[in-house]
Amino acid sequence: MRGFWRRFLTNPRVALSLLWLAFVVVLALGAHVLSPGTPFAIVSKPFSPVLGDFLFGTDSLGRSVAAGLVHGARTSLLISILATLAAVAFGTLVGSIAGFYGGLIDDVLMRVTEFFQTIPSFIFAIVLVAILAPSGVSLVIAIATVSWPPIARIVRGEVLALRNREFVQAAIVAGQSDMAILVGQVLPNALSPLIVTGSLLVANAILIESALSFLGLGAPNLMSWGFQIGAGRAFLRDAWWLVTIPGIAILLTVLSINIAGEGLNDALNPRLRDL
Amino acid sequence: MGGFRLLRYLIRRIVQAVPVVLGVVVLNFLLLQLAPGDAATVLAGEAGGAPVEYVEQLRERFGLNKPIAVQLALYVKNILALDLGYSFRNASPVLPLILDRLWATLLLMGTTLVLSVGGGILLGLLAAVWVRTWKDHLISVAAIVAYATPLFWVGLMLILVFSIKLDWLPTSGMEDAAAFYEGWARVADIAKHLVLPAITLSLFYIALYVRLMRATMLEQRGLDYVTTARAKGLSERQITMRHVVRNSLLPVVTIAGVQIGGLLGGSVVVESVFAWPGLGQLAFQALFARDLNLLLGIFFISSCLVVLVNIVIDVIYLMLDPRIRVG
Repeated sequence: MRGFWRRFLTNPRVALSLLWLAFVVVLALGAHVLSPGTPFAIVSKPFSPVLGDFLFGTDSLGRSVAAGLVHGARTSLLISILATLAAVAFGTLVGSIAGFYGGLIDDVLMRVTEFFQTIPSFIFAIVLVAILAPSGVSLVIAIATVSWPPIARIVRGEVLALRNREFVQAAIVAGQSDMAILVGQVLPNALSPLIVTGSLLVANAILIESALSFLGLGAPNLMSWGFQIGAGRAFLRDAWWLVTIPGIAILLTVLSINIAGEGLNDALNPRLRDL
Repeated sequence: MGGFRLLRYLIRRIVQAVPVVLGVVVLNFLLLQLAPGDAATVLAGEAGGAPVEYVEQLRERFGLNKPIAVQLALYVKNILALDLGYSFRNASPVLPLILDRLWATLLLMGTTLVLSVGGGILLGLLAAVWVRTWKDHLISVAAIVAYATPLFWVGLMLILVFSIKLDWLPTSGMEDAAAFYEGWARVADIAKHLVLPAITLSLFYIALYVRLMRATMLEQRGLDYVTTARAKGLSERQITMRHVVRNSLLPVVTIAGVQIGGLLGGSVVVESVFAWPGLGQLAFQALFARDLNLLLGIFFISSCLVVLVNIVIDVIYLMLDPRIRVG
């Protein structure tokens, strides 16, 4: 385990990414302290420039961009993490049932999984949010609904590979229930690819959430980065910072998660590293 | 391979596609059930606009007072007859509304596909040839960054730089409506409008294919057939171009097929940024008008499109790789 942490943290790219992610998490957790009150409050005249009275200026209604960023960090992270957890839970359920029982169950579940991978998932997410009415909960549901298939496939693959190993056979002989074998024996050994894929899914979830909010499908009373960009796009010509700055926040966060996820993969599978 | 066998393969692929299309119809039906109010009000364009008689007529036609299984059967029957309903917001049946926008989306998608697969293969090849040099690092870092950038933001930044600051390219639309270009002048005008949306949509996929191409090439380079080629005295250049590249193309084509659905989703965002008059922009407008029926129609047609493009790509794949036998 110490080898893992050393491999993970001494990679300079990973360390830098974790630093940024830690910063975003602090912003998200401390949003109400760093910027009390609602980020929708009008604090100044519209379009005050960057590094003036406000760090990142104000938008077309005189709302502080910096306050929006801080509260947006909370929205983005919360929604993406919840959606990913839901996707991982559901994908793990589907994948482990398919891999463990095999046969007809496996066939049916995998066809369903493939179906969800074939349909244009972002359009499906749009339709879902539009029908459920935009809110934090429907965003989580929509993102989770389009994100679970890769998890199901990975878990199925791992379960298939582990199912015939001696320790699982021993557990079957010892009379453990299917559930106990899956949860106690198989899944713990499938954890590392699950963690890596899950971490990359968070990045993807942030991108989907921001695109949905950009299109006006975000939660109406929650400030988010995508919403800021959507609200600022009409003023691109006169107020570049309204669009540019939240976009950089999304970019850096997604980039950091991707790099940290890859670092995690390298650290968990040191032998594959030089491939 | 004989034309007959290819035809048989095609028919089998089309038969395999049927459950997917049916699945989308059933999914649409379930989504309609999820929506507030009964399906008839949703189909008529939720926030009103449709006359009461039409809503009654819809209830009758979809059998909304009948058991749910009958409703499902009626719905499937209507959709498969390509009766996607009527959009009161646009005062037009849904199907022609969608077909009208289809070719703009196909143009954008086709250009993006060529640009991203071509660019990805080329840059990935170069990165693999220059592996562990600064040029490789530059390409790889650019790919990682592009992979993490939200599409709509790239689009807005490109508009900011190339349209607003430099004034090289138009900000939006597909052609200059006021200019009434004809013939080649019109083609050139559309091409000019296509540049920014196509680049925006391509960037993410170029990044994806660069990484895939580079990884596959590096993997292939260690295989036995490369050693054999080297042993018989081929130059490194010949080995790369004749053997390694050819074998590395297949994963890229495979993933390009898988990504078609994603490409369509991306085009919704890109089209709404650039006001490109395709399916995506129609979806965006439907969203604003709360025209759920139109939205469901777009979802259905774009799913069919994905299935269709996937079949085409499978056939191309078959022609690319003689090792794949059709059963």
